[in-house]
Amino acid sequence: MRNKYLRIILLLLSLIITGELTAQNRFPKPEFESGYVQPSPTTPEPRAFAMEYFDVFILIAVLLLISYFIFRKRSRRGILWTSVFSLIYFGFYRNGCICSIGAIQNVTLTLADPNYGMSVVALLFFILPLVFALYTGRTFCAGACPLGAIQDLVVHKPIKLPVALQRGLGMIPYLYLGLAVLYAATGTDFIICRYDPFVGIFRMDAPFTMIVLGIGFLLVGIFVARPYCRFFCPYGVLLNWMSSFSRWHLTITPSECVSCKLCENSCPFDAIDIPDHSIQKKDVSKNVKRFLIFTLLIPIWMALGAWVGHQSHVFLSKGNSQVYLAELLISHPELKSDIDNLDIQAFLASGKSMDVLVEEASLIRNKFRIGSWILGAFIGLVFGIKLLKQFVYRKKEDYEPNKGECLSCGRCMDYCPVES
Amino acid sequence: MDHAVCLRLRNKGDMKKKSNFNRREFIQNGMRLTLLVAVGGVSGLSVIKATGKGDVWQIDPYKCTQCGRCATECVMTPSAVKCIHAYDVCGYCDLCGGYLKPGSNARSTAAENQLCPTAAITRKFIEEPYFEYVIDEDLCIGCAKCVKGCDSFGNSSLHLQIRHDLCLNCNQCSIARVCPGDAISRVPADQPYMIKGQYNPQE
Ligand code: SF4
Ligand code: SF4
Ligand code: SF4
Ligand code: SF4
Repeated sequence: MRNKYLRIILLLLSLIITGELTAQNRFPKPEFESGYVQPSPTTPEPRAFAMEYFDVFILIAVLLLISYFIFRKRSRRGILWTSVFSLIYFGFYRNGCICSIGAIQNVTLTLADPNYGMSVVALLFFILPLVFALYTGRTFCAGACPLGAIQDLVVHKPIKLPVALQRGLGMIPYLYLGLAVLYAATGTDFIICRYDPFVGIFRMDAPFTMIVLGIGFLLVGIFVARPYCRFFCPYGVLLNWMSSFSRWHLTITPSECVSCKLCENSCPFDAIDIPDHSIQKKDVSKNVKRFLIFTLLIPIWMALGAWVGHQSHVFLSKGNSQVYLAELLISHPELKSDIDNLDIQAFLASGKSMDVLVEEASLIRNKFRIGSWILGAFIGLVFGIKLLKQFVYRKKEDYEPNKGECLSCGRCMDYCPVES
Repeated sequence: MDHAVCLRLRNKGDMKKKSNFNRREFIQNGMRLTLLVAVGGVSGLSVIKATGKGDVWQIDPYKCTQCGRCATECVMTPSAVKCIHAYDVCGYCDLCGGYLKPGSNARSTAAENQLCPTAAITRKFIEEPYFEYVIDEDLCIGCAKCVKGCDSFGNSSLHLQIRHDLCLNCNQCSIARVCPGDAISRVPADQPYMIKGQYNPQE
C-alpha cells in the first residue's frame, strides 16, 4: 500500500522535473516529410588573432621609425608622416581599439580579478611604449598614438597658457589615472574607454554627446595644443615618469646650444625649459628652507587626500551597478513593483536574494573604501611633490626640452640654427 | 675682452657642470632601473594570467532577459548584436510567437501584425503545418522583441548573439556594462558563440 503511494509520488515528481526541463520545448521538433533540410546558424569568425600580433609588429615598427627620425634624421616631417600613418592604422582602420591608454585598465583588472586574464597583445601594447619611453622619450606620443596624432594635426595657433593654469590642469591626468585604476580594479567600468573623446570620430559613429566632446577637444586643440594629451591622458602620466629618466632624449640642438633663444617659443606645448639666470645666491638659501618645509608638508597633503578619498568613497561607489541597485532597492523598496525598471525586474527574475545582493554590494563598497583612500593619498603625494618642485632649481645654461612633458614632436628641432 | 671673460666663465661652469652631471646621471640611471623593474614586475605578474588567444564578447542566451538594451547600447549603429535562429530548437510553428504580435491571426502576416519593428523576419511555408522563419541580419537591430515572443510562446529558439563580423571587440563592451542579466561576458576567442542547441549552460 505504502509502496503504491511512493510510486505515485515518484511518478508525479519525475513529471514535474522533466516538465521543468522541457518547459522551453513547448512544441516537439517536427519531422519533415518533404525532404526539407534544416539550415544551421552561421557563425562568422572574429578577426584572426594572428592579425592582433601584426598590430604589435606595427607598433614596434612605428616606435622604431620615430626613434630613427628623432635621433638619426632629426626630421619633424618624418615624425609627422609616421603619426599620420598611425592615425589611419590604429585610429581609423583599427577603430581606436587596441590602445595602450585603455590597456592600463586591463592590466589593473588582471592584477585585481582572479578570474580575468588579459590578452598578451594588450599587455604588449601596455608595456612597449613605456619601455621605449625609458630609453628614447615619449616616442609613443610623438607618432604612434592615434589620439595624439589627430590632435597634433589641428594645432594651428597655439597660445601659451599661464604657468599656474598649466600646473593646475596638469593634476587632472593623475586623478583620471587614479579613478580609472579604481574603477577597473573594482570591476566597475573601464572609464578611459567610455570617455575616449576621439574614438567616436575614428568609428564615425558614436552617441551625440561623445561626438560633441571629440569635436570640442579638436576645436580647443587649435589654440591649446593637444589638450587631451597634456591635461587628461592617464597613460601620459606613466610615460612622463618613464621619459623623465630616459636614457636618450630628443635634443633641440644637434650639437651645442648657443642660447640664441630662437627655439624659445617653438614648442606648442610649453615643454621647453628656459634657462633662468635671475636666481640669486640669497634666494637659494631661502629656497632651501622652503624646500624643507614643503617636504615636511607632503605627509599632510597625503593625509588630507586620504581623508577626502575616504569621504567620497560612497559617492564613487555609486558608479558600480551592483552597489547602485542595492542602494536603490534599500531606499525605494516600492520600486520592486515598477515593471519598467529593467534592472530591478531582471534582479527579481534572477531569483537572487536581497541578502546576497546587499552582501555583494557591501563587499564592492569595501573595496571602494580602501581604493579611494589610497587614491586620495596618491593625489596628495603628487600635489605635494608638484609644489615642492617649484623650489628645485636645476642650474641650466641651455635650452632643453623638459624630458617629462616633451611629446617628442620634433617641432623645435627645425628652429635651431646650429649646424651639426 | 668680453669674449675671454665669457669663455672663462663657461669653463668654470663646465667643470661644475661635470660633477653635477655625474651625480645627475647616477640618479637618472638608478631611477631608470627602478622604473624598468617596476614595469617588468607588473608585466611579469600579468603575463602569468594572460591568455595567448585573446577573448571576445558574447551573450549567454540563457541569462539574457530580452531587455532591449542590446539594440541601443552597442557602439555600432545598428548594433553588432543580431537575432540568431537555432533551427534545431525551433518548432516551425504556424502561430510563431516570435514572428507575430500576441493575439494576431496567423493568416494575416501584414506588417502591423509582425512583432519585428524592422520586418527582419521572413516566413516561408515548408509543409503542412510547418513554417520556417529566417532572419535578415542586415535588417535586424537586435531589439530582442522576437526573442521575448519566442521565449514566451514558443520553443525559445530565437536568441541574441554578438556577431563577430560586425563587433569591434571593444575593450569594454558598452552593452555588457548595462545588461541587467549580466549576460555578456568575455569568452575565449576560439569559442566565440553560445548558440542554443549547441551550447549548454551547465557545462
Ligand atoms: S619636441 Fe618636445 S620640446 Fe620640441 S616642440 Fe615638440 S614637444 Fe616641444
Ligand atoms: S542587454 Fe543583456 S538582457 Fe538586454 S537584450 Fe542584451 S543580452 Fe539581453
Ligand atoms: S524583433 Fe528585433 S531582434 Fe528580432 S529580428 Fe527583429 S530587430 Fe532583430
Ligand atoms: S563589444 Fe562593442 S561592438 Fe561589440 S557588441 Fe559590445 S559594444 Fe557592440
